[in-house]
Amino acid sequence: MAERAQPIGRARPASLHPVAPWPGTCAALGVALLVLGTLAAVAMRAEGGGSGFGPAEVSALRFTLIQASLSAVFSVGLAIPVARALARRRFAGRRVLITILGAPFILPVIVAILGLLAVFGRSGWISDALGVFGIAPLRIYGLHGVVMAHVFFNLPLATRLILQGWQEIPAERFRLAAQLNAGPRAMWRLLEAPMLRRILPGVMAVIFAICLSSFAVALTLGGGPKATTLELAIYQAFHFDFDLGRAAVLSTVQLGLTVVAAVLALRVPVGEGFGAGLDRAVVRWDATGRSATALDVVWIGFATLFLMLPLLAVLVAGAPGLLSLPAPVWSAAWVSVQVAALSTVLLLLVALPLSASIALGRRQLGEIAGILGLAASPLVIGTGLFVLIYPVANPAHVALPVTALVNMVMALPFALRILVPRMQQVMQQNARLALALDMRGPAFWRRVIWPRCRAQIGFAAGLTAALSLGDLGVVALFADPETATLPLQVYRLMGAYRMETAQAAALLLFILSMGAFWLLDRGGKFHAEA
Amino acid sequence: MLKLDAVTVQKGDFRLQADLQIATGAQVAVIGPSGAGKSTLLEAIAGFLLARDGRILWRGEDITALPPGQRPVAMLFQDGNLFPHLTLRQNVGLGIDANRRLSAAQTDVVSAALARVGLGGMEERKPADLSGGQQSRAALARVLVQGRDLLLLDEPFAALGPALKAEMLDLVAEIVAEKGATLLMVSHDPQDARRIAAEVVLVAEGRALPPLPTAEMLDNPPPALRAYLGAPQILDPDR
Repeated sequence: MAERAQPIGRARPASLHPVAPWPGTCAALGVALLVLGTLAAVAMRAEGGGSGFGPAEVSALRFTLIQASLSAVFSVGLAIPVARALARRRFAGRRVLITILGAPFILPVIVAILGLLAVFGRSGWISDALGVFGIAPLRIYGLHGVVMAHVFFNLPLATRLILQGWQEIPAERFRLAAQLNAGPRAMWRLLEAPMLRRILPGVMAVIFAICLSSFAVALTLGGGPKATTLELAIYQAFHFDFDLGRAAVLSTVQLGLTVVAAVLALRVPVGEGFGAGLDRAVVRWDATGRSATALDVVWIGFATLFLMLPLLAVLVAGAPGLLSLPAPVWSAAWVSVQVAALSTVLLLLVALPLSASIALGRRQLGEIAGILGLAASPLVIGTGLFVLIYPVANPAHVALPVTALVNMVMALPFALRILVPRMQQVMQQNARLALALDMRGPAFWRRVIWPRCRAQIGFAAGLTAALSLGDLGVVALFADPETATLPLQVYRLMGAYRMETAQAAALLLFILSMGAFWLLDRGGKFHAEA
Repeated sequence: MLKLDAVTVQKGDFRLQADLQIATGAQVAVIGPSGAGKSTLLEAIAGFLLARDGRILWRGEDITALPPGQRPVAMLFQDGNLFPHLTLRQNVGLGIDANRRLSAAQTDVVSAALARVGLGGMEERKPADLSGGQQSRAALARVLVQGRDLLLLDEPFAALGPALKAEMLDLVAEIVAEKGATLLMVSHDPQDARRIAAEVVLVAEGRALPPLPTAEMLDNPPPALRAYLGAPQILDPDR
């Protein structure tokens, strides 16, 4: 009745959406409050600290920038020929290979590191082979090891993004160029170079931003005054010296850096990276020559070996010990599963209303969540939460919920990239009819959004569960010696030089995270409509 | 009676003014050049666009500020009249209650409505399994169970062939007659208007004019309509 009491002609706008946008707005504000609130807590602490920015901090800043730049350059430099080869070749297993290129994204860092160590380490496969010829073993620790691990993780991402650029060149252009008898060189100048000029800065910026907040890689392969990233320095200030002031100063620098990088990365257009349609090969009339074919084979072979060998090594090294794992590993695995489940539930509670609000036209929410999610560093949020919790409770008691919460924030930008486009489509196609039928709120969620977005929800949930299972970050900050997630347990086993048990536990972690992803992703797609 | 009392609706830069009355139970065709605002007029009545000025009244009650689902209106659009992931039973059932599960008695009403439009026994089919004509029939079955006073058609049969379209219009006419509903139907085709509408609302130059008898309007069109209809001979069905 209240509506009818309004003055005529100035009718109160009735809701023209089948779902209200406010829950999404609340979710975005909650995330912003978490990221900015913890930053504020850290900043206040930093002022009190006053230990300043000494040579150790300068060195950490320099190493962070150098390793991130090198990682971006090498990842992109190697990805260009691989993407080019994938774009112009069709072969059996091409689709599988491109799917596998997406796998390192959800691969636990600690698993990859054990795999890399097993292949490139001091007593790894290659060092052993070199030893036969009396050559000294490889050394993987330090800057080159950190960069190599980053290339392992980001080469696939770079390849997928660049491949997308290649496939966005319309087939007609290639046809036209072929008709003009353009050779490989002309093709490069006319079509490929301009595309790369457009797309590479964005790809570089994204990888640079990702590598800036590298923690687990630096923790395991770096370390020492010469190979410490800012994130690692925060952890050390905390864990070894319990110097909150210093951790706060480092956190502030880290956050400034990541915000700048995230803004830069979002400025330059890049594609989805895990979008569909990458399995289409364009017919290329210029690449039929024998040398071009050989070159492509070499590059595809290189990428496959580089990415698959470490995974194979984890499998081979871990399998014998898998069934005789000690009890603490199993209990850590159980803890990890619980954290991942909580993290996934939290993500859905935030990402679903948020993506619905973005789909209803609240675009700025998506941008805020995107920048914050990319710029937020787990260690900074962790430090902030520690500073806030420390006076009231023992932080070790809340280590697991805090880990789940931080993992959710980390997964949020990726989940939104998956959910928002589909949500927009669903709103566009169904909102009017739902409104006409007076279907609103819970009924619209249950009857329209859920069945229509199930595949995307499953994908986002699977991604979050896998990322959370594999995360070695904030938990290292909070946990006491009695509690551990599985990645932390693997790290502790490595630190105790129990490599065989560590490898078996890593294999278990690998199986768990891939299994969680597969289960949720398949579950969403099962009997779902396109 | 549906009364549009000095209503102005704005859609981007486009503005439509309407000041007219339509008698309860009338069957009215809305015609006019494309882009003149025919759909805008229907969207305003259905509540998808809010009136910037003026009032919309149904039987004396002000419905200007009501959300679309709470107006006494059932509307069929050009497309997207069925949820593609729901069965016909579910789709039609939404017309009875979109927010709750249906009782057994209500499910029977759904089956009866499907049978009424010639889709008996197809309750578990999904829209993709149906032909275009069958999809239109399913949407009309939902209109039947909705039991709203006003039926607005924004060219839902435009994609059908001429024979099928005529069939659907006859079905609409039957349903409207059975329910005593008031019909407003956008049309590009003067023959459609002659077929089931006694009156015509002309929408042209940002204005919706009060209804006039169809035959009179089409036989002796005002200048704006004449420009739209083109050569006069197509207007006479006997020639």
